[in-house]
Amino acid sequence: MARETGLLSKAKLRVVIAKPGLDGHDRGAKVIARALRDAGMEVIYTGLHQTPEQIVETAIQEDADAVGISILSGAHMTLVPRIVDLLRTRGADEVLVLVGGTIPRDDVEELKRLGVAEVFTPGAPTSEIVEFLRAHAQP
Amino acid sequence: MAATEDRRAQELHSTISGTEVAPLYTADDVDLEYERDLGDPGEFPFTRGVYRTMYRGRLWTMRQFAGFGTAAETNARFRYLLEHGQTGLSTAFDMPTLMGYDSDHQRSLGEVGREGVAVDSLADMETLFAGIPLGEVSTSMTINSPAAMLLAFYVCVGEQQGVPRSELRGTVQTDILKEYIAQKEYIFPPAASLRLVTDMIEWSTRELPRMHPISISGYHIREAGSTAAQELAFTLANGFTYVQWALARGLDIDEFAPRLSFFFNAHIDFFEEIAKYRAARRIWARELRERFGARDDRSLLMRFHAQTAGVSLTAQQPEVNVVRTAVEAFAAVLGGCQSLHTNSYDEALALPTEDAVRLALRTQQVIAHETGVVNTVDPLGGAWFVEEQTNELERQAYDYFERIDAIGGVVAAIEQNFFQREIAEASFRYQGEVERGERVVVGVNRYVVEEDSPPPLLRIDPDLEPSQVERVRALRARRDGPSVQLALERLKADAGRDGVNLMPAIVDAARVYVTLGEMCDALREVWGVWREKPVF
Repeated sequence: MARETGLLSKAKLRVVIAKPGLDGHDRGAKVIARALRDAGMEVIYTGLHQTPEQIVETAIQEDADAVGISILSGAHMTLVPRIVDLLRTRGADEVLVLVGGTIPRDDVEELKRLGVAEVFTPGAPTSEIVEFLRAHAQP
Repeated sequence: MAATEDRRAQELHSTISGTEVAPLYTADDVDLEYERDLGDPGEFPFTRGVYRTMYRGRLWTMRQFAGFGTAAETNARFRYLLEHGQTGLSTAFDMPTLMGYDSDHQRSLGEVGREGVAVDSLADMETLFAGIPLGEVSTSMTINSPAAMLLAFYVCVGEQQGVPRSELRGTVQTDILKEYIAQKEYIFPPAASLRLVTDMIEWSTRELPRMHPISISGYHIREAGSTAAQELAFTLANGFTYVQWALARGLDIDEFAPRLSFFFNAHIDFFEEIAKYRAARRIWARELRERFGARDDRSLLMRFHAQTAGVSLTAQQPEVNVVRTAVEAFAAVLGGCQSLHTNSYDEALALPTEDAVRLALRTQQVIAHETGVVNTVDPLGGAWFVEEQTNELERQAYDYFERIDAIGGVVAAIEQNFFQREIAEASFRYQGEVERGERVVVGVNRYVVEEDSPPPLLRIDPDLEPSQVERVRALRARRDGPSVQLALERLKADAGRDGVNLMPAIVDAARVYVTLGEMCDALREVWGVWREKPVF
């Protein structure tokens, strides 16, 4: 899909919502995807069971400003660093990486140290995620 | 005071599912005929309960779902729970097992033993049930796409222990339709999956008379964000679909229907949940008798397991989850469940610790032994509000049945994303209500505190994955290669032919240590895989 080039649409944030790994719990991913779309962002939802490589490919193909990774399987410490690394390797390190899911507090700190911009745990309002993206992602 | 009242006025007075609730119910609000709509417990239409004496005769089974790490660790947790008075086992498998991948598959990276126990072959199953006599416990296994393989492993462990097949007791979840609808742990396309499910039902009816080959599950539909009515309607519609497939196979309804079991969510809206269980029993009994021609009363009984709502747990002030779980469990008991799992308070953060699991089990024990609610059957029967909610949920369910029929049935509705859209819609509506403060979630959008010191969490040993990978590789090296090849060839051949029950080929393959991933790969080769078109 060609990206629109008008001034207005240029300001539209493009966000990829991704479900890595084998876990199929997609309620959170879908609620966020829809809330971001309603907030005027361009949202691409990858669907389920994506490998880190597929997610990074989608982010690059879609010229994403941010990637939101939804993960509830406990595999976040394996999968998220791979996605961050791959984005770096592919020269897409300006893409903001957010994580949402059941992430223990110690892992939150570690993920941020590795380059994740923010981690949202259960109960985080979608408005907070919208605000965070508006404040930190660069269209 | 005024501020409190303002906020109270903002709050919705509908159920959590959005059904309007009147400030008062009287006899005039309910269309109720005792014989037609309720009947005594143990009598058609079983609204008041499937058994005459219910918990007076026998308490529900307290069945805590457990599984993490290696088979040896989970085996230790099983023994711990049995020692503490639990009466049935319930196995959680890890994501690779649920998706039919061996631990050393590339897709399993980082997921081995995380959300449940890793079982790659009969060898792991032997460890999982070591020292647990299968003739004396009932075991539930939460597994769907590869349910047939795990059942085969279990049957083989039974053989090794010298337990006759007729004495194996338990439940295999097997409900693939709700995977396409909600939990998304599918492998094969729907028609192939339904053939495998029907093979299991047919084979179990013959070989495993005390096993429930399927647990038709609303739990995951609800966790995916559905309303109570959607949970009820979609689960029952799935149940009817399995019945239709089994009948088309030529099975007699009264032979297999008594072995069908159900699994519902126990969510936080107390009366709505109780009404949901009562409506479920009534609809199932009526449809099985009138639509499917069941004659044996046992075919009409909807027996169900309940689990408190994981989705209602909060990461904030997690100790409050103990209260939520107690209320939800209470609803399940008043609704007449046959077995119950209570969630642990730390589960919005990680898999539960042993202490947290014990507290959850104690919650059930308090309800069972201290509150006195077990002394009489269906104590809320006849309450105008509860009866009206029961009728209302039934109306909403039949409304959905019509819409599903109009689309062309459950499989067509899955292919057209009907369920997925309905659920996404409901969960988005609820999220909005919470964010606007129209629904209060204590500790999340009201009564928030700053310092949340997290409870001690269960950590999964990072060395577990490499050692499990090593284990499955070592197994491949030491088993008898030619018998494995032969077993896989037979499985593929049988899968490619209609009219052959796959279970014998799967059990024979399990016995010679063909792995779960190898069996699933063989079937992927023959049947292909399912991909959904994502909607939000």
